[in-house]
Amino acid sequence: MTDSSLAHLVLARLRLYWREPGTLFWGFGFPVLLSLALGVAFRNRPPDPVIAAVEAGPGAERVLAALSAGGEVRARETPSDEAQRALRSGRVALVVRPGDPALYLYDPTRPEGRLARRVVDDALQRASGRRDALAVSDVHVEEPGARYIDFLVPGLLGLNLMGAGLWGLGYAIVENRSRRLLKRLVATPMRRGEYLLSFMVTRLVFMAVEVPVLMGFARAAFGVTVRGSMPLFLGLCTLGATAFSGLGLLLGSRTRNTTTISGLINAVSMPMFVCSGVFFSIANFPEWLQPWLRLLPLTALNDALRAVMNEGAGLAAVAVPLVVLASVAALAFAAALKLFRWS
Amino acid sequence: MSDDAPAIRCRNLVKVYPPAVRAVDGLDLEVERGGCFGLLGPNGAGKTTTLEILEGLLEPTSGEVEVLGRHWNRAGHELRARLGITLQQTHLDDRLTVREILALFRSFYRSGRGVDEVLEMTALQEKRDTWFERLSGGQKQRLAVGCALVGDPELLFLDEPTTGLDPQSRRQLWEVMTHLRERGRTVVVTTHYMDEAEKLCDRVAVVDRGRVLALGTPRELIAQHAGRDVVEFELSGTPPPDSELRGLPGVVQVREPAGGRELVTDRVHETVPALLALAVAAGRTLERLATRSATLEDVFVNLTGRHLRD
Repeated sequence: MTDSSLAHLVLARLRLYWREPGTLFWGFGFPVLLSLALGVAFRNRPPDPVIAAVEAGPGAERVLAALSAGGEVRARETPSDEAQRALRSGRVALVVRPGDPALYLYDPTRPEGRLARRVVDDALQRASGRRDALAVSDVHVEEPGARYIDFLVPGLLGLNLMGAGLWGLGYAIVENRSRRLLKRLVATPMRRGEYLLSFMVTRLVFMAVEVPVLMGFARAAFGVTVRGSMPLFLGLCTLGATAFSGLGLLLGSRTRNTTTISGLINAVSMPMFVCSGVFFSIANFPEWLQPWLRLLPLTALNDALRAVMNEGAGLAAVAVPLVVLASVAALAFAAALKLFRWS
Repeated sequence: MSDDAPAIRCRNLVKVYPPAVRAVDGLDLEVERGGCFGLLGPNGAGKTTTLEILEGLLEPTSGEVEVLGRHWNRAGHELRARLGITLQQTHLDDRLTVREILALFRSFYRSGRGVDEVLEMTALQEKRDTWFERLSGGQKQRLAVGCALVGDPELLFLDEPTTGLDPQSRRQLWEVMTHLRERGRTVVVTTHYMDEAEKLCDRVAVVDRGRVLALGTPRELIAQHAGRDVVEFELSGTPPPDSELRGLPGVVQVREPAGGRELVTDRVHETVPALLALAVAAGRTLERLATRSATLEDVFVNLTGRHLRD
């Protein structure tokens, strides 16, 4: 142990972290459990068959035979009114009314309706003698990098870096202010910068443990790997952790009580939880909104992590998110240090 | 200029909390080096605000402050190294041990006392490896004082160090303060316990509504503002008129606390027989009679008409 006060401050923060099982769980246990749960829930499965009904009547048997031949459709002969009830309630995606012409009843605004229309039509046309004009063959791709878990793990990593930065700095500092520990400390000759620096150093030390834990788990359980450069990946994690620590410090710079800071942190993190592409791609949002969402620090971090992990992107390819993160970090720290209140 | 300067000098100190609370209202104070100085006053008298201004934690609205001959805005870092403080309530980190907290505070000072020495001074050796959250109130307070001692301060500020403590913890803290006083350090302590101020303090300032009402040794203050003794009594029937009581030998003041009368006297040996004679002559029974030495509480009552603990 050295006698430098920075070393003492960092050591104290590490001990406090270590002696608080709750924070350990949120830092290490939670992201692992979440990736396990979501990875299992959304693991790749053979595609579901199309569910259809064939109205009872003349010709129904021939239609059923044609549909079952392809193997992609599960169909049943059903009385007309019951078939339509099943369609309305979504238990079947499409109803075939045999005849000449045969009728397809479905809701074209539902994706499974449109899919059923194509699959059913294809099976019936083939059974009636249609031949393909162009010769094609399928290649099925299911390799690491393209699965949902590969999309998810970088998102969870980003989410974890955000939460740890906001709560680890914002909440902890406000708690110390509300118990007047900050006031007590500034009555000593302690260098104030060293105190704030000790939170940053502690955050990065824990990041250096959290990232390998989550990545190690994702690799062991799902074979998720980093395809791009490892230094670039670690640099991104560090920059992300720094940017969110800066935001945490900013949120906590003047707040006096822990209820307020909890609300502030939630107000900042919930929108990013939903809109920053943690669990699903931001491509699901309207196109005009997407450029704005890319300015959110968590979107920037997630995009960059995904590019490096899944696509093996280099520095140039993630330049924009890097600039976003670096700007957020610089602005947040500058504002936080200007606003910071010690008492 | 600074080494024979007084420990504290402040002139016309004012602290206004917007919109219109004058917590400190033109306070003058001069505290010499060495010994224990008490700021005595009820809750809300402005003691803590005054202390926090002297400690450099609050900016005064106006007025001049010099601590150890230095000004906060010019020599803040130097002053912090030479002072030790306790806040009225200090919550330290719950899950650090006594020793870890003291070592952390020690690391902020270039020179000072060893952690073991402070553990001994504050009688916390047995608790050295206990987490802060598991200490009793008295132990927490002693640790807070310990944190103020690790820098071996020339000037120590203690804000109500014994409020709410059990008698044993109070005595242990008194010993720490006495020990420092004997070593030539200056201790400034706020309290609303008059017995504490009388026992510990070489000099006392009585503070109320942000001003110093009286300043001196406890003995001087009592002699000046409270007479030497107080006779408390109750008579059966309607009480005799105050004018009659005031005429008794030695009496300097008649007071009416709830359920009786108090005579402040500087010749108790003449006042008591005269009071007894008065009771006999009027044919009344003495329900209660007690004499005691005047205290700083009497000083405060005489100066403000109120009790310290009101």
